[in-house]
Amino acid sequence: MIPDGEREAVAALPGVTNAWRELDELVIELSRDTAQDVFLQLKENFAFEQIMDICGVDYPQRQPRFDVVYNLLSVTRNRRIRAIVRTDDSLPVRSVSSIWPCATWWEREVWDLFGVRFEGLGDHRRILSDYNFEGHALRKDFPLTGFVEVHYDDDRKSVVYDKVRLTQEFRNFDFLSPWEGMSTLPGDEKARGGGQ
Amino acid sequence: MNEIMAPPVKTVEIDNHTINFGPQHPSAHGVLRLILEMDGEVIERADPHIGLLHRGTEKLIEYKSYLQALPYFDRLDYVSPMGCEHAFALATEKLLGVIVPDRAQWIRVMFAELTRVLNHLLSVAHFALDCGALTPGLWGYEEREKLLEFYEAASGARFHANYFRPGGVAKDLPEGLTTRIAVWAEEFPNFIDDIERLLNANRIWKQRVVDIGVISSQDALAWGFSGPALRGSGVAWDLRRAQPYDKYAEVEFDIPTGKHGDCYDRYLVRMAEMRESVKIVKQCLAKMKPGPVKVQDRKFTPPARAEMKHSMEALIHHFKLYTEGYHVPAGATYTAVEAPKGEFGVYLVSDGTNRPYRCKIRATGFAHLQATEKLCKGHMLADMVAILGSLDIVFGEIDR
Repeated sequence: MIPDGEREAVAALPGVTNAWRELDELVIELSRDTAQDVFLQLKENFAFEQIMDICGVDYPQRQPRFDVVYNLLSVTRNRRIRAIVRTDDSLPVRSVSSIWPCATWWEREVWDLFGVRFEGLGDHRRILSDYNFEGHALRKDFPLTGFVEVHYDDDRKSVVYDKVRLTQEFRNFDFLSPWEGMSTLPGDEKARGGGQ
Repeated sequence: MNEIMAPPVKTVEIDNHTINFGPQHPSAHGVLRLILEMDGEVIERADPHIGLLHRGTEKLIEYKSYLQALPYFDRLDYVSPMGCEHAFALATEKLLGVIVPDRAQWIRVMFAELTRVLNHLLSVAHFALDCGALTPGLWGYEEREKLLEFYEAASGARFHANYFRPGGVAKDLPEGLTTRIAVWAEEFPNFIDDIERLLNANRIWKQRVVDIGVISSQDALAWGFSGPALRGSGVAWDLRRAQPYDKYAEVEFDIPTGKHGDCYDRYLVRMAEMRESVKIVKQCLAKMKPGPVKVQDRKFTPPARAEMKHSMEALIHHFKLYTEGYHVPAGATYTAVEAPKGEFGVYLVSDGTNRPYRCKIRATGFAHLQATEKLCKGHMLADMVAILGSLDIVFGEIDR
């Protein structure tokens, strides 16, 4: 699907820090400051008319911790490309909603679920979470069961928020086999030069 | 004494007022809350509030093995369950690097097309119902029931099929099902004729939908449209043709497109697509040959029940598969399918363990719904209902 030279042509754009093929998909990594210029180039010169998706990925151990992933599609040339911008919760990414109008909701979603801010985004409200929701649900440090739950309070005649109460502790089974999950078995530390 | 009086000057002040449409409105297609700013009966601004059906599917999937994650996809677009499963199954297979046997691919293509008919039947029926035509709804449900029986025969469930698995399909088709589908494929085009006779030239229907919610091909592209909504605007783009998956490269079908990009064209495209789907189903039935329906690698698909009764290894494989699951090599892929509503994509990130690290679901209706304001502005309140109906919105997938 990716013709020869396409990768090189895209990689040569200023602002593209890295470009590679993964499973027959073209992936580029952009520096945060110049990402918007690259997107403009991709739309104008590479005919990527459509942005199909923007999503976040959280790597809490990494600095900066978030990937913002843009999936672009060119209908006229039948190509796809994936662009990745790395950012932190303090560093805003420039919004692409002026390039593709439908990016607004995708960016709102990334803000809502990951807390990545977008500079120049006209509408910075939450989109999927509840009104007045606190926290960013898809971050890896956000618990699956959340913090609050709602129930109907008969005395106050309204739906009220309460701290989440689990009748049974959350069961997170570790199915990873110890033989595959561990690279150094207990007792082997010395042989491997002091363990991991 | 007849003094000519100047007619009294009356000043009428018309305020824009805001109305709250939904979330419990029959034509909100589920739980859409739409804040409409009206100038009289004309829509000035439309602000959809979504998320009322948000269940955190993407978060839940991160805590499940790949096999356990699959049933969540039935519950996304619950009108076309297998369309969503297809994307996840293909994405997982791509990361695993497995090739699915031919028969499984044919079964998947066939059921993907049956799903398309299933979806379009409901979509057209509800669209007509929103505009006041009751009969297509009643008839459509009866036809849908036949398709759901095929679902049930193949997977055991009418809706939440959990049938397309990474590595193939859950089980082979039961005896006699292909004959029943073949009979249906002969009869069904007559039903499409019936619906078209009811609607195509219907004066009331055309008054409600022709030239309503017009979107140009350029705008449709810019707003991320796909599927029938994009083809209704005249862009002949279909992932089944452009980026074929499974056996779509080996079947023949046409891509119907509209000219005007209005609600009527989107309706016509859906009707024409149902006919194409029937053509594809017939080709699948003709080309399907007996054979395995799963990858014959016991690391990814379970062994036969009978084999487990005497083979220790088969028993171990079964146990490992249903507890730990399989490990998917680290990597990421964006895999999209032409679901009945349009492009349904899965961005799957694996870190090499038995659970997805991140599974982003690209819902088709999310992009379509976002264009509500673009489509509704300047139309009457009643047209908004027709526009929503023509976009084929299902909140299961939009809210995730």
